[in-house]
Amino acid sequence: MVDTSRSPTESSGFSRKLAALIIIIYAVVTLIPITWIILTGFKSVTSSITYPPEVFFEPSLEGYVNLFTTRTRQSQEYLEALPPPETWYEELVRSREMVIAGPSKFFGRYANSLIIGFGATFLSVFLGALAAYAFSRFKIPLKDDLMFFILSTRMFPPIAVAVPIFIMYRKIGLGDTHLGMIILYTVVNLSLAVWLLKGFMDEIPREYEEAAMIDGYTRMGAFFKIVLPQATTGIAATAIFCMIFSWNEYAFAVLLTQFNAQTAPPFIPTIIGEGGQDWSAIGAGTTLFLIPVMIFTVVLRKHLLRGITFGAVRK
Amino acid sequence: MSEIKLENLEKSFDDFVAVEKSDLTIQDNEFFVLLGPSGCGKTTTLRMIAGLELPTSGKILLDNEDVTFLRASQRDIAFVFQLFALYPHMNVKKNLAFPLKMQGFKKSEINKRIEEVSELLRIQHLLNSKVSSLSGGDRQRVALGRAIVRRPKAFLMDEPLGTLDAEFRELMCLELRKLHNDIKATTVYVTHDQLEAMSMGDRIAVMNKGKIIQFGTPKDIYLKPKTKFVGSFIGSPAMNFIPIHHSIEKNQNKIVINGENYDVPQSFGGTNSSINYLGIRPEKMFLTDKKGIPGVVFGSEYLGARKILTIKSEFGDFKVRVSNQVNAQIGSNVKINFEPKSAIVFDGTTDKAIESRYIKLN
Repeated sequence: MVDTSRSPTESSGFSRKLAALIIIIYAVVTLIPITWIILTGFKSVTSSITYPPEVFFEPSLEGYVNLFTTRTRQSQEYLEALPPPETWYEELVRSREMVIAGPSKFFGRYANSLIIGFGATFLSVFLGALAAYAFSRFKIPLKDDLMFFILSTRMFPPIAVAVPIFIMYRKIGLGDTHLGMIILYTVVNLSLAVWLLKGFMDEIPREYEEAAMIDGYTRMGAFFKIVLPQATTGIAATAIFCMIFSWNEYAFAVLLTQFNAQTAPPFIPTIIGEGGQDWSAIGAGTTLFLIPVMIFTVVLRKHLLRGITFGAVRK
Repeated sequence: MSEIKLENLEKSFDDFVAVEKSDLTIQDNEFFVLLGPSGCGKTTTLRMIAGLELPTSGKILLDNEDVTFLRASQRDIAFVFQLFALYPHMNVKKNLAFPLKMQGFKKSEINKRIEEVSELLRIQHLLNSKVSSLSGGDRQRVALGRAIVRRPKAFLMDEPLGTLDAEFRELMCLELRKLHNDIKATTVYVTHDQLEAMSMGDRIAVMNKGKIIQFGTPKDIYLKPKTKFVGSFIGSPAMNFIPIHHSIEKNQNKIVINGENYDVPQSFGGTNSSINYLGIRPEKMFLTDKKGIPGVVFGSEYLGARKILTIKSEFGDFKVRVSNQVNAQIGSNVKINFEPKSAIVFDGTTDKAIESRYIKLN
């Protein structure tokens, strides 16, 4: 018997199940480290370093408390002389025979990451969209060569030029500044943004902006009111790629930032507790670090899925 | 409303000349059609009038004001695109309001105008719909609405019915013409479809290879084509051409074809070309038992009251429009004759019609 309920171009039930199985296995394998990191964030310091590792444990917010505070160890007599703790986290810290000395640098580093990540993403997409529009619509001398030149900036790993950039940044005073990092990440992202967005702009029929120009708008007005809204898909996809890069970038952040503009990636691994790495605080920091980029991706996901198949379907 | 004048207009892209030295006056309130095969420069001409393309040389006058190098936004002209170009991220109402917002109208005035236009075009019920949910004809109406709502000096339309299906196109043809009669706006309409051009235009300009070859009323252009190209492009089926292998004398009023004399209109000019063509419309040809050109019926298209026969002869293939009463089996031998009074002689070298008692060139 031939199954006529499905079209011959559809895959069969068996191959679909097989595909689903492979995807599930792949997802589980890739999610194990992330799950482990999130679990570690909810372990106590002692539980996080026990061997063999504990899969079932008593959850604790010690990691999060340690992440946001600096603490000093005090003698038993000193602790007893203090007034009773006012908050749950003070109590938690005192049970470890310590007192809170002040806030940690994590909040500042996290804010730096947000400023630099979103700043660089916005700038890359904005400049990329302008350049892509120009490449898509105007007659530009040596257009193909320029496009290739822009792409060629990604033909080596960005870190290969770390030394000249380090020296340059020190000379012009951009080292360890937010602006410096935003510019750097924008430069790295821009070639991707221009290429990706040009593809999307090419897909938008010229008639739309011509109609807007006839309706009384300048080319710039038509670009912002008509072209950009229609390139939303491309802009979302490009923004996600740029955001993931700027948010996760580690090497340049280690090299160029120290105090003022240090981002979270170089900071988190350096969280040190007593007697070595404070793994539960690192787990907590990493968990919090994952959240913004996840929200960003989920919010734009709808566009991303459509965006990656760009060119496949018109409009 | 206003008059559009093109003076010596020329446009070339690198080596390719898209529009060659064109002069044209489009009168106030006129429905003017630019007709020609694809790639003949008609759309380029229209885009130059709109300001979407700048001419290489020449002038464009709008109401006697030189607008040649003005931006599209400064010309006060509306354009309806073939693909409508409705802004897909706005609903119908916002599409209609878009050109008005730029001109700084008050909200109440914008709403009033949208109401007027949507009533005129019968799209009131669509105002809150998304553009993507509209049918082809409704999109067409909205696109027209967006053009009308601004009350511009002139409308330019670039094959606006090209994407509609045949039935709908006919309906929209009527609607467009009615709309023009109502609002009396100067309209320039570009099409490659001669039926559209004939049924809507007050006057038609036929273009080919970047040149305006003839302009006049649909009747003039159909009955008195100035060149062989116009004769073959206008009319469905096209004009028939019988080759004549000798030159034409001045004042000649007889032409011999296949040993028979035909009384053609007396020619005023002559030609030295060794090959010329006699052009005859399919409805001026008929089958006969007496003298005529022998041929074989090759094809027969049944069109209700009439049918069109394709007949192969030693002078080429002819299309003959006959009543469906005429019995002509495919493959049978027939003789064709024609009414010589409306025949036009075309110079085989220059392609131009030779002036005669029937056709006068200006």
